[in-house]
Amino acid sequence: MSRLRRDVDANDWAKGPADAPVTLLEYGDFECPFCGRAAWELKRLESAVGERVRFVFRHFPLTQLHPHALLAAEAAEAAGAQGKFWEMHDMLFQNQQNLEAPALLTYAADLGLDMGRFTRDLQEHRSLPKVQRDFIEGVRSGVNGTPTFFINGERHNGAYTAEALLAAIEQRAGPHIEPMTGLPWEGDRVPRMGRPQSRM
Amino acid sequence: MVTLAPPPPASGIRSPGLPPGTRAPDLGLPATPDGRRITLADVNGSPVVLIFYPGDFTPVCTNELGLFNELMPVLGQFGAKVFGISCDSLWSHIAFAKELHIQIPLLSDFHPKGEVSRRYNVHREDVGICERALYVIDGKGVIYWSYVSPIELNPGADGVIDALERLTGKQMEFLTFQPQQQPPQPEART
Repeated sequence: MSRLRRDVDANDWAKGPADAPVTLLEYGDFECPFCGRAAWELKRLESAVGERVRFVFRHFPLTQLHPHALLAAEAAEAAGAQGKFWEMHDMLFQNQQNLEAPALLTYAADLGLDMGRFTRDLQEHRSLPKVQRDFIEGVRSGVNGTPTFFINGERHNGAYTAEALLAAIEQRAGPHIEPMTGLPWEGDRVPRMGRPQSRM
Repeated sequence: MVTLAPPPPASGIRSPGLPPGTRAPDLGLPATPDGRRITLADVNGSPVVLIFYPGDFTPVCTNELGLFNELMPVLGQFGAKVFGISCDSLWSHIAFAKELHIQIPLLSDFHPKGEVSRRYNVHREDVGICERALYVIDGKGVIYWSYVSPIELNPGADGVIDALERLTGKQMEFLTFQPQQQPPQPEART
C-alpha cells in the first residue's frame, strides 16, 4: 500500500479543520477531465461531511498530456498567494476547456485579484518550484495518475465518486468519526462543476 | 452517450513474473516509431526499465504510460532506457503513442504472439494479453527488481525509481519542467 512521503504541512492548501479526524488529499491536474469530475464529486462530499474532513490539494500536472496544466497550477498558486487558492481551484475546474493565458487573467480579474502581482508571479514562475516539488513527492508517494487520493496518508485505489470516497473514509476513520448524513443527489444543493448553477 | 467497453480481464495476478537475479530474456521486438527491432544487446551497459501493460488505449494503461512518459527526464537521470511492451500490433502502438504523445518506445509482442511476455512469465494464456508488470534490468542484463501488479491497479513509478536509485547509487534529482505555455504579458490584460 503506497503511503504519502510528506505529511500535510503549512505549505499545503487545506480546507477544513487541521484536527479533523480524516484528511482527504488529492493530487490533481487542472486540465485533466477526470479531475474535473472529481472536483464535482468532492463538492458533493464536502456538503455531506462538513467539518469532519480536511481537504488538501497538491499539484500533479501531466504536462506531456495537458499542455495548459502547468501554467494553470501556477495560476492557482498565484491566486493562493492572495488568499484565493480554492476560489481559483474551482474556477479552473469549471473552465477546463479554456486555460489559455489570457483566460487565466480573466479568472484572476473576476476573483478581484491584484492583477499586477498576479501577472508578475506567473511571469517570474514564482510558484514553479512548489508545483514541481508536489509532483516529485507525488511520484515518490505512489501517485499513479490523476486524480490520486490519499485518505489519512494511505493511497485510495477505488473509485472517486462521492459515495466511494465516503465509504472509504468511513472504513478508514472507524470509531473516530460520527456516522455521516446522506450525500446530496447530483444537482441537488451543490453547484455542478462546469455547468450553470441550478436555481435554488 | 453509450460507452462501449469490452469486459475486463480477471483481476489480480495470474503469472508471477521472474525474480531478481534471473538473467533477463532477450526482447528482439519491433518498436515504435519505425518498427526497428530492439534487443537487450542494443542497450548493453545501461539500466533498462520494461513496462509490460495489458493493452493500448485501456483506461489503466493509459494512465500508467502517461505517468512514465512524464517521468522520462527523471528516468534519464539514471541513464535508464525505458520500453513499454504489450501484445498489441505495431500499428496500434503507433496510434496509441500519437494520441498520448508517448515518447517511450513501445515494443510489439504481437508475432509470434506473446512470446516475450511468456519468456518474462507475465503472459495470460486465456486472454492473450500480458500482466501489468515492471522490470528493472542492470547493465549486465540481469533482472535487478521486478514487480507484477494486480492487473486492475496502476503500480505507479515509485518502485522503479527506488530500484534505480539503489542500482545506480544515485539520488533522484529535482525535475525541471519546461514551461510549455508562455505566461501572460502585462499588455495582454484587457
